[in-house]
Parts: sequence; C-alpha cells; structure tokens
Amino acid sequence: MKRVLAVTFALAAGLSLQSAVAQDAAKGKTTLETVKARGMLSCGVSQGLPGFSAPDDKGNWTGIDVDVCRAIAATIFNDPTKVKFVPLSAKDRFIALQSGEIDVLSRNTTWTLSRDTSLGANFTGVTYYDGQGFLVKKSLKVNSALELNSASVCVQTGTTTEQNLADYFKSNKMKYEVIAFSSADETVKAYESGRCDVFTSDVSQLYAERLKLANPADHVVLPEVISKEPLGPMVRHGDDQWFDLVKWTLFAMMDAEEFGITQKNVEEMAKTADKPELKRVLGTDGNFGEQLGVTKDWVVRIVKAVGNYGESFDRNVGAGSKLGIARGLNKLWNKGGIQYAPPIR
Amino acid sequence: MAMAVEPRKPPPQFLFKLRRALGGKAGWGGLALQVLFVAALAWISYEIVSNARGNLETQRIASGFGFMSHTAGFGVSQSLIPYSETDTYTRVFFVGLLNTLLVAAVGIFFATIIGFIVALGRLSPNWLVSRISGGYVELVRNQPLLFQILFWYLAVLSTLPNPRQSVSIFGSFFLNNRGLVVPRPVGHEGLIPFAIAVVVAIVGCLLLRSYSRHALFQNGRRIVIWPYVLGLLIGLPLIATLVFGVPVTFEMPVLKGFNFSGGSRVIPEFVALTLALSTYTAAFIAEVVRAGILSVHKGQMEAGASLGLSRGSTLRLIVVPQAMRVILPPLTNQYLNLTKNSSLAVGIGYPDLFSVFAGTTLSQTGQAIEIIAITMGVYLLISLVTSAIMSFYGWRIGRSMGA
Ligand SMILES: N[C@@H](CCC(=O)N[C@@H](CS)C(=O)NCC(=O)O)C(=O)O
Repeated sequence: MKRVLAVTFALAAGLSLQSAVAQDAAKGKTTLETVKARGMLSCGVSQGLPGFSAPDDKGNWTGIDVDVCRAIAATIFNDPTKVKFVPLSAKDRFIALQSGEIDVLSRNTTWTLSRDTSLGANFTGVTYYDGQGFLVKKSLKVNSALELNSASVCVQTGTTTEQNLADYFKSNKMKYEVIAFSSADETVKAYESGRCDVFTSDVSQLYAERLKLANPADHVVLPEVISKEPLGPMVRHGDDQWFDLVKWTLFAMMDAEEFGITQKNVEEMAKTADKPELKRVLGTDGNFGEQLGVTKDWVVRIVKAVGNYGESFDRNVGAGSKLGIARGLNKLWNKGGIQYAPPIR
Repeated sequence: MAMAVEPRKPPPQFLFKLRRALGGKAGWGGLALQVLFVAALAWISYEIVSNARGNLETQRIASGFGFMSHTAGFGVSQSLIPYSETDTYTRVFFVGLLNTLLVAAVGIFFATIIGFIVALGRLSPNWLVSRISGGYVELVRNQPLLFQILFWYLAVLSTLPNPRQSVSIFGSFFLNNRGLVVPRPVGHEGLIPFAIAVVVAIVGCLLLRSYSRHALFQNGRRIVIWPYVLGLLIGLPLIATLVFGVPVTFEMPVLKGFNFSGGSRVIPEFVALTLALSTYTAAFIAEVVRAGILSVHKGQMEAGASLGLSRGSTLRLIVVPQAMRVILPPLTNQYLNLTKNSSLAVGIGYPDLFSVFAGTTLSQTGQAIEIIAITMGVYLLISLVTSAIMSFYGWRIGRSMGA
C-alpha cells in the first residue's frame, strides 16, 4: 500500500507543485538549507537488507548504506542520529527521490546510464561494487548458472536484476520462467516455498537474504557473476551543492581509510596531525568543509560517527559481520581493489 | 371608447427554453455561473499540466510517450499474446491489460455463481445450509482481501509438491507448486471445417428449439427434438472429422529439467488471485442477492407455491427475475470492485496491468505521470464498459417485465 501511496504522491507532486522540491526551489532554498531547517536528513533505504540497510531489534538502522546517511547527517548536525530513514521497495525508490520525500537515496541502487539521465537524479559515487548472481538449493545439484535451462526464477521487480536476467538467459539461449515480486520478503518467501528453483539478485544481497532463510546452509550461491552492479547514493538534479556534499562524504570515508584515520584515533590525530595532507583532511588547515557548505572538521565528524570506509565495510558486510563478505573489488586502489577517492585539497 | 385589448404576447418560446436548458431554474444567472465554473476548471487543468511540464523539465525528468516504443527487456510469467523480452513497453501494456481482463472475467464468473448459491443457501429453510452460508459470508467478507490472496498463495498452493513429485491425474494433468500443467491442444487442417460444423450444429439446434416452442405455445403441439439435437451436435462434427481429418491433437507435458515442457500451464499466481477475488466478492454478492430476493413481496412466493411450482422453480421463474432489478446496480458495483481489486496481484507476482505497467515499466522508465495517467484511463474505461453492459442488461430486464 505504501507503494500505491508513493506513486500517487509522486503523481500529485508532479502534477501540482512538485511539492517540497518546487516550493523550496521557488523560495530559493537549497536542499542543505531545507535539511537544516527540518533538523533531520531524510534518507531512502531498503525495506530491510542486512548489511546494507536494516533495522535491528531495537529499531536502529544499520548497514553500509545507512552509514552513508549517518555520515551526511554528521557533517551537517554533528549528530549521526539526526536521520529519518524511509524504507522503500526497489520499484518506489526513484519516485520518492523525485517527489522530494527523501533528500538522498542510499539503497543498494545500481548506477546505470538511464537512471543517471532520465530520472531527474544523479549518482554521487559507488558505495559498493557488486555483480548479479544466483542462489539455488543445494539439493538441486546445480553447479553452474549455465545448467539453469527451463528453471523458474524469483526476482524483485523494478531492479536491474530483472533485466540482466532476461539478457543472460537470452544470450545463452536458455528458457526460463520469471516470477517478479514487489518486495524482497515476498521474493524470498516464494523461493523458499519452492515456487522458484532460483533466486537472483546482486551477490551481496544473496548472502544477506540467505541469512533470512530457515536453513541457510541448504542453499548455495552459484559461481557466475553475470553483471556489473556499482551501487551508490543518488540525489536530485539541480542542486550542485548538495550533490557535492553527498559525493564528498563518501570520498571522505575512503580518504580517511587511506590515511589510516579510524574511529578510535581520529580525535587524537586531529590534535597532533602535522603532515600537510593530513591537516587538510582533518580540517586543521584550509576551509574544505566550508567549501562544501558545512564545517571545517567535517571529516572528523564523519569518522567519529561511522568510522572510515574500511571500518564501515567490515562492521556491516565484511569480516566483522554475519555476512562475512570478502572486500574484493571494494579494497582501496592501493590495496588491490578499485575504490579510489579523489584527493581533498 | 374602444379599448383595444391587446393580448399579452407570450414570451419568445425558443429563448425561454434555451434559458431553462442552460441555466436551470436560476435562469441566465445559473448559466453564467456554469460558464464561469467550466472556465475555472479549464484554467486549473491548464495550470496543472503546464506546471507539471515545467517542473519535469527543470528537474530533467524524461517525459512524453516516446518510451512506449522502447524495448522492455524484462520477462513476464503469463501472457495471452506472444511476448518476449525484446518486445516494447506497448506490448507489455497489452500483456498486462489482457492478464487483468482475464482475472476479472474469470473472477466475475465464479463470484456470481458462488454468490447466488450462497444467497439461496442463506435463504434456505434448511437450518444447516442457511447457517453455513451465513458463516461463509461473515468469515470471508470480514478478512482483508490481501490477506486472503496471500493465504491462498502461501498457505494453500505452495504446499503442493515440486514438479518432480507432481500429483498426476491420468498421466496427462500434473498439479505441482508451479501450477496445473495440462495437455496443450494443437490445431490441424481439420480444425476449421470442424469448427464450422460445430457452429452450424448449434445454430441448427437453436432454430429447432424455437420452432418447437412456437409449435407448443401457438398450436399446442409438442414436438420431441432431442434426438435431432443429438444427431446434429454429434453427427456434423463427426462427418467433418471423417472428411477433413483430425481437428486437434494434444501435446503432452513431459518433465524435463526443472519444469514440465510442452503442454500449457495455469500458474499458481493466477489461481490464487482468482480464487481469492471470487470467493471474497461472492460474499458481498450473496448479500446483494439476498437483499434483492427479500425485496420481492412474499406473496409472489406464495403465489408460485399455490400454482404447484416447487420452491426452486418459483425462485427461478418468478422471484429472481423480479429481484434482478434491485440486484443489478449493487451487483455492478461488486463487479467493478473485483476488477479494481485485481490490482492486488502485485503482492503475489501475478503480472497484471498494475504490476507490469504501473509497476515494472514505471520504475524502469521513471515516467510516473504518463504511466499513471494511462493506467487510470484504462481502469476507468474497463469500469465504464462494465457498467454499460450491466445497464444494457438492466434495460432489457426492465423492458421484458414491462416496467
Ligand atoms: N542493485 C539492483 C537491485 C537492488 C534491489 O532492490 N535488490 C533487492 C534484492 S532482494 C533488494 O535489495 N531488496 C530489498 C528490499 O526491497 O527491501 C538495482 O539497483 O536495481
């Protein structure tokens, strides 16, 4: 029902006054000013994807996507709890962004050309380099995705997953039946009940959803990765200052990792830093934070709140989490991965 | 003195009528008000459209209907017309629309039948039957529909075995958690002559029937027609088959890999949705029908009984036809509800219009305004056509009862 409401809301917004967006734009208010005036960042996340964005048993949202939102809130309010999380299905997420219901979408969303151009929004970077894979029951004794001819596949609608699936089976001349659901829970339930032989999504999400199954050990992720899924945050077109702030928040997390700035040592380092590049990052030299519209110590605030990129990765999806996913491509560029943040100077 | 008594000229009829037609009782003032109202409405619509356009442009959100000819690139589990992922969004639209119409038509059919049965059951003098029918109505209409859809889908149909352990019926029908697999009829050369033979036979039977009724009602002659009817219905198609060859053969489903290949399949999403929609709507229809029947004076029932008609015949021939006039408008409402409720399909992955068009297509293209407008238009159209059909039916009933 949430979905229907969201669509209607978007429609109403589009038809009438583009609601908050247009009104604020008309008054000449930037997104940053709007967020400050509201005293809260409104952040679009998933409906519960462990490791990326999921509420824990106390209702606190955690995950790597959530950390991006908290980091943005930290730069603005110096308080990572000043975030309102808006759970969105794959299908509704863009509408929520377009209509102004959320300020930033941080919901394991794949960066593609059409999403970058026609949705009225921009991607600000890549939080996690992913790829699409397949989950099957061990009892099927399937070892490769190429053995999946004539299988029934459960997938979540409104995703790149749905389209890659069609491409993959077509180019390998295999037949399949696709059953598309609007939420992850429905998709997984259908897979678990045996309606489908295969559940497909981004590999990281397969690991996350597998945790929710009754017997995770009975299911395997097949070795094939059939697509590129760079997942990143999105903001609306037309507010470059906000675009910059969101973009550089993620960069700051990576730069902090590169310089060895951690949640533990950040305060100490801010006091003692003497290398020029470190002083720039930590805000004891220059006014880089101010150029973004926030305060000089913005990086310190971010790292204090959520840690550097590596810490956030480990805590949420990596070795220190239940998912235990290897860093792989998501290692920093100087450690063999492809995560690379431009310099703060 | 001759005072010429001039008769007062009647006011010009034409203008008067016009004023009356356009302005109602309020006269020209009323007309002005209406013109003003329409103008305001037009202005508001214009503002909304141009505003939306402007906003979409400044936000650089794609707009227009060009996307309808783009490749969809996603698969759909059930389609009444040939469809593949390389087809366009226009095709997706029709696939979804037909799936919606299918659920609506099948749902309405079963809802009506169940509804009438339950209503008659509730009015039955048999204590048990009437209690069971009453219980059905109370149980079903007081649970949320989405819950019932999920119940059928997740609690009932998903307990069926997997394809390898299918329940086999005569070795040619297979029931499993992927649906019901049935042999698929494949047409051959003899199909067209066969079909023509069947049609000719049916028309012939209808003619025979009206001839025999005429003979009975006008001349009091009773003509036995059933041997001829049987002869026509069996004989003609049989001759066609002998002359032109077998009309259809059946392609048998065989288990291959994960699923059955060959044969046709009724997917469980369709079954769950249709079951839930028809049983749910039937509960409401039952109440509508009951109210309609109770609105017919009980003297009619007694009259039927005194003619020696059985309770069933009295209901069928005397009471229900009169009740129909009362039943029809709320029944139409129920049909419209069922059709619109079919959009809950999205909860169980049935590819109806709302799910594949206002869902997947919308999120892939991001063109919410165009797609929602089209979808709203289509639901409106379906509803209007349904209402029109029902009104026509109502008009016929009214006419036949001379009211
Ligand atoms: N990265 C893909 C897929 C994203 C996606 O929605 N994946 C599903 C996989 S199950 C998910 O995260 N669902 C969680 C939810 O709907 O809350 C995209 O951007 O289209």
